[in-house]
Amino acid sequence: MAALIDTLSWVLLTLGGLSVLIGGIGALRMPDLYTRMHAASVTDSMGAILVLAGIMLQAGWSLATIKLIAILLFLLLTSPTSSYALASAALLAGKRPLAEIPQDQEESE
Amino acid sequence: MELLGLYHYWVFAILLMIGFYAVIAKRNLIKKLIGLSLFQAAVFLLYITMGKVDDGTAPIFPETGAVVFSNPLPQVLILTAIVVGISTTALGLGIVVRIKEEYGSIEEHEIQEIDKR
Amino acid sequence: MIVIFGIFLLTLLVITAIGIVRTDNLFVAVMLMGIASLLIAANFFLLDAADVALTEAAVGAGISTVLFLSALALTSERERAKSSNRILSFIVVAAAALIIIYATFDKPRFGDPEAPVQTHVAPWYLEKTPEYIDIPNVVTAVLGSFRGYDTLGEVFVVFTAGIGVLFLLGGGKAAGVIPQDKINEGLRHHLIPRVVGRVLIPFILLFGLYVQFHGEYGPGGGFQAGAIIAASVILFALLEGEQRALSVLPERALLGLIACGPLLYGGVGLAGIVLGGNFLDYSVLSSDPVKGQQLGILLIEAGVGISVTGVLLAIFHAFAARGR
Repeated sequence: MAALIDTLSWVLLTLGGLSVLIGGIGALRMPDLYTRMHAASVTDSMGAILVLAGIMLQAGWSLATIKLIAILLFLLLTSPTSSYALASAALLAGKRPLAEIPQDQEESE
Repeated sequence: MELLGLYHYWVFAILLMIGFYAVIAKRNLIKKLIGLSLFQAAVFLLYITMGKVDDGTAPIFPETGAVVFSNPLPQVLILTAIVVGISTTALGLGIVVRIKEEYGSIEEHEIQEIDKR
Repeated sequence: MIVIFGIFLLTLLVITAIGIVRTDNLFVAVMLMGIASLLIAANFFLLDAADVALTEAAVGAGISTVLFLSALALTSERERAKSSNRILSFIVVAAAALIIIYATFDKPRFGDPEAPVQTHVAPWYLEKTPEYIDIPNVVTAVLGSFRGYDTLGEVFVVFTAGIGVLFLLGGGKAAGVIPQDKINEGLRHHLIPRVVGRVLIPFILLFGLYVQFHGEYGPGGGFQAGAIIAASVILFALLEGEQRALSVLPERALLGLIACGPLLYGGVGLAGIVLGGNFLDYSVLSSDPVKGQQLGILLIEAGVGISVTGVLLAIFHAFAARGR
């Protein structure tokens, strides 16, 4: 049983690490601000959930698990909000996405 | 463990000198304040590194059993130092804002030019 | 395993520091400072300094970033000229770094329990804390009781910084009534940050209070709690606009907080004299000396928390009001 929990937690932590790595590579290689934010959000959501779930399995049924659940909730609530605020601020500052269809630009002119 | 300890001290030296370089070589006043912050952070790292004990743990008595503790005294000192550091940074930033209002610039050479006139 | 983790964090720290110095956009430098603070906090945790890690994360990554950004909003965001005397500075700095690295080879081995720093005063504190004060967190015991006089001085430093910034930046009040269209609306037109912020602010306050009163049993205490509570009010001010934040916590209340913190701390010290002991002697505060010590530490940590909250909020409002 303990070996099963250990293996499961290893798998979750490795997958979480991979998600963070993928998010990082995406944030570097994507062409535009908005696509980069989209890639970095993988780190916030999948990375956070997998890593924290792996650690929760190691902690077992204890006070530490409840604290980890609280941290996970906080992260899941605030990371998308900050992404939204960042994207909204960029849009208001005038930075247009690369994927914009040229017809929209002609209409607004 | 030997390598880790030496690495901590080397990073302290490098970080100290990076912060010091920012203070003496950069002309922007806010950049100098940021460099000062880095300098302080390096000193904190040195003190806490010296307090670590092999197989020790944070100096909080657990419910049961005797444990080896890391040294609590550098931690008390650095706790105070962090708060004092942020206080002086806040005061420094206030002075920079006033300088900007009076001189119109926060670049050191431009302020000296205006002063000469 | 810890070795790899430690080396990795420290290398990232050096890379971030080089990035901070080399960029010429000050916003980028401030954001990288936040990352460097978090890396240092993680490193402190690896070195068994839980209290210090919490303080560095709360103050360095939280409050410091906000202060620098408010100052940047009032000054320029780009560093303009090339540095002066770069070669000479670089040579001086590199020589000093090499000398320090040469000196580090003579230091006691990392983690040696027989090193001089571990054998003089520290074992006395670790031994006597259960006997005199009987609280689990030794750092709070030393900070609050054994070295309480130093912490009083620190509270005075925080107070001085608060009134210093108020002197420098507080006088620029707009004459008369501010016209309706210039009232700072904050992020009120953005629905999502407002809703999420409103959900989170009570919990951040609750967490701040938890950290304040839990300082005797785990990592925590007045400084961290003051920074966290100030952060929650700053979040409210950013979301709802500074006017509404000032109507919730007016400037008189802030001045009251700034004054009451050191007063509470000094008052506890004087109460020690009045009740027959020395200044800041908590043993006389209650019939049982150990309970008196615990009561004294609780009261002075409250004083510290009030003071730090008031000062950080007053500094933030001084910077925010200057932009009008």
